[in-house]
Amino acid sequence: MQIEAALGRTGLWFFIMLLSIVVAATAADSGFAAHAILVGLIAFALMWMSAARFDPVSNGRSFFKMPDGPSRYDDDVVRWGAIATMFWGMAGLAAGLFIALQLAFPQLNFEPYFNFGRVRPLHTSAVIFAFGGNALIATSFYVVQRTCRTQLAFPSLARFVFWGYQLFIVLAATGYLLGITQSREYAEPEWYVDLWLTIVWVAYLTVFVGTIIRRHEPHIYVANWFYLAFIVTIAMLHIVNNLAVPISFLGSRSYSAFAGVQDALTQWWYGHNAVGFFLTAGFLAMMYYFVPKQAERPVYSYRLSIIHFWSLIFLYIWAGPHHLHYTALPDWAQTLGMVFSVMLWMPSWGGMINGLMTLNGAWDKVRTDPIIRMMVMALAFYGMSTFEGPMLSIKSVNSLSHYTDWTIGHVHSGALGWNGMITFAAMYYLFPRLWKRKRMYSLRMINWHFWLATIGIVFYASSMWVAGITQGLMWREYGPDGYLVNSFADTVAALHPMYIMRAFGGLLYLSGAAIMSYNVWMTLAGKLRDEAPMTETPHDEAVDRPIVTPQANAVPAE
Amino acid sequence: MGLAERHKKLERSITLLAVGTFVTVAIGGIVEIAPLFWIDNTIEEVEGMRPYTPLEQAGRDIYVREGCYSCHSQMVRPFRDEVERYGHYSLAAESMYDHPFQWGSKRTGPDLARVGGRYSDEWHVQHLQNPQSVVPESIMPQYGFLAETTLEMGDPGAQLTALRRVGVPYSDEDIGKAMADLILQADPDADGDVEDFLQRYPKAQVRDFDGEPGRITEMDALVAYLQMLGTLVNFDSAAAQEELAQEKGR
Repeated sequence: MQIEAALGRTGLWFFIMLLSIVVAATAADSGFAAHAILVGLIAFALMWMSAARFDPVSNGRSFFKMPDGPSRYDDDVVRWGAIATMFWGMAGLAAGLFIALQLAFPQLNFEPYFNFGRVRPLHTSAVIFAFGGNALIATSFYVVQRTCRTQLAFPSLARFVFWGYQLFIVLAATGYLLGITQSREYAEPEWYVDLWLTIVWVAYLTVFVGTIIRRHEPHIYVANWFYLAFIVTIAMLHIVNNLAVPISFLGSRSYSAFAGVQDALTQWWYGHNAVGFFLTAGFLAMMYYFVPKQAERPVYSYRLSIIHFWSLIFLYIWAGPHHLHYTALPDWAQTLGMVFSVMLWMPSWGGMINGLMTLNGAWDKVRTDPIIRMMVMALAFYGMSTFEGPMLSIKSVNSLSHYTDWTIGHVHSGALGWNGMITFAAMYYLFPRLWKRKRMYSLRMINWHFWLATIGIVFYASSMWVAGITQGLMWREYGPDGYLVNSFADTVAALHPMYIMRAFGGLLYLSGAAIMSYNVWMTLAGKLRDEAPMTETPHDEAVDRPIVTPQANAVPAE
Repeated sequence: MGLAERHKKLERSITLLAVGTFVTVAIGGIVEIAPLFWIDNTIEEVEGMRPYTPLEQAGRDIYVREGCYSCHSQMVRPFRDEVERYGHYSLAAESMYDHPFQWGSKRTGPDLARVGGRYSDEWHVQHLQNPQSVVPESIMPQYGFLAETTLEMGDPGAQLTALRRVGVPYSDEDIGKAMADLILQADPDADGDVEDFLQRYPKAQVRDFDGEPGRITEMDALVAYLQMLGTLVNFDSAAAQEELAQEKGR
């Protein structure tokens, strides 16, 4: 590194550190000051590292035993993303188990920082944005390079996307515990964290689209349509839903631009499509790459993928109002939301069918390949929850299910079953390839993970169904005397056993993820467990390479 | 030319694909959300609604900070059981000054849209400090620290100004007197003109809320907020009943 560059970098971090000290000193509230100090500490650490030429990233690379040598594809960010996915996955699931136990045993609330109201958004953000988000960033960078046969455009910007996103996660998570929140579900981070995420997201879009522009394949592969839809739509939703006026530019708090009815529909237009585009479109993109790769079969139907892509992204956006049935939202909007939610069933199942039918001719692998088995289970849960969703959006069903734990059960059959399982499967596919290992340390452990996760979800979903329906029926129960039978407290007491069963299901799911972490750790260490063999999908290192002579392979004009 | 053939144009151009995607996902929001801002009957006006007092707003900010929406809704649906349990179903106008809205999505605890005036201040303080001491089945966390934390008032005027920027009709006088109003509402012994305050904020409740006069705590602010929820509109008045009878759209 040249001296000037080193000095310049040190100076930049020093400047950011000074700025955060000034901000911390003049902050309007203690939470904002805490965040300024946090940023200042990071800047100080980076300044010290640039000055001392201490390179923690390369130390980290050797700690995680990342392979050296010129990679054919730019996989460094993907490796970091895969590790971050594992780390945040464990953190988010543990937080989930903690709040599940709080609901069963309220003594586990430790005021003020670890009360349910503050930890619950920590759990949701950690699993959706930290675990899911890192999985999406890592796999999208992996898939876009392979399907375009080219290296990442703007490599340093790609690294900024990864580390910038981690800073977003840390600021959001610490903020919730400190009480910095907008109290908008799944959009809790305050205005300055939102601005930071916007910057990171634009960089993400730039890297992704830039890589597609340099592709050496004339067609853009279907997985990339879904990744693109996810990145573009999340940008739109994030910006509109977080429009707010800060009280002071030196304070953490802001007031949302809209109020009441308009605010509610904007929020659920965002909230439902965080599900639709973050947790569905993005993960369908993973499905469209990793299922055909692992099964060694082409995608079942090209025509179906076209139809279901466009209809899915068109219909999803309309479904938000089903979160506001029978509220003060005008009836026409509620009905519109319900109709579109029911229609959404078809494109959702289009994706499931396309994924499952890809296994045509490889169904025997469900018996022998635990990764395929996980993918099939993920698609099955995707199918189940995209049937349950439209059903719950029907107004008469919703009048019973809304405000109850049924919704929580529905969300988790999708999140644990679909998002979790497909991510684990993709990660099991990725780790040996990224670290140039023959296979995962143990395929038998993948099998254990599969069964623990599946049984965990069954416990979770069924206990929440029972809890939700119990709650809904008890609230509306009338006695022969014409009076309500149950006080609210009665309905809380009735759910106690269900809450314990739910926590047990969560514990099983977390144990599966812990086994995975061990398996990954040993794979990184380069070990192979001595065990009875199972089916593994072969990987040809020599073929996994970009096309490097652009002239000969430029996009044909046709 | 078949569908697949025609689609090849799109999937060979990142520009067409990106623009096509953006247009497709923008339509739903434009058709569904935008009209809410100009269709008149989205919010039927009702008598009695007014912006929050500085103390109530401070309490609301604490409600938001603690994530109470995770377990409590503020939206009574028009069902017999809900109306009997919680009171008249919620009207759109009742959250017209809520930035952000706090309708919630889950009832781990009961709805709070009309909790104001149902319990005494003492009950609220004790319940927040130790919920299980008044409701043994409760699984609510304890919020004793609210009573020990002095309200960080900051600059209430700046908060009202920010709210005015997003459309809440605070007057210059409201903003100028924000700090005095806040202190006055929690401490009736403080200097100030209660008449004038009530003129600007009708039905505001002026008293010490946390049982500890002489000090304004976060408990004061939160209880003041809880005690005013759902109390502004008088549903029993003849005029209100007539208006509701003519209400359209739900």
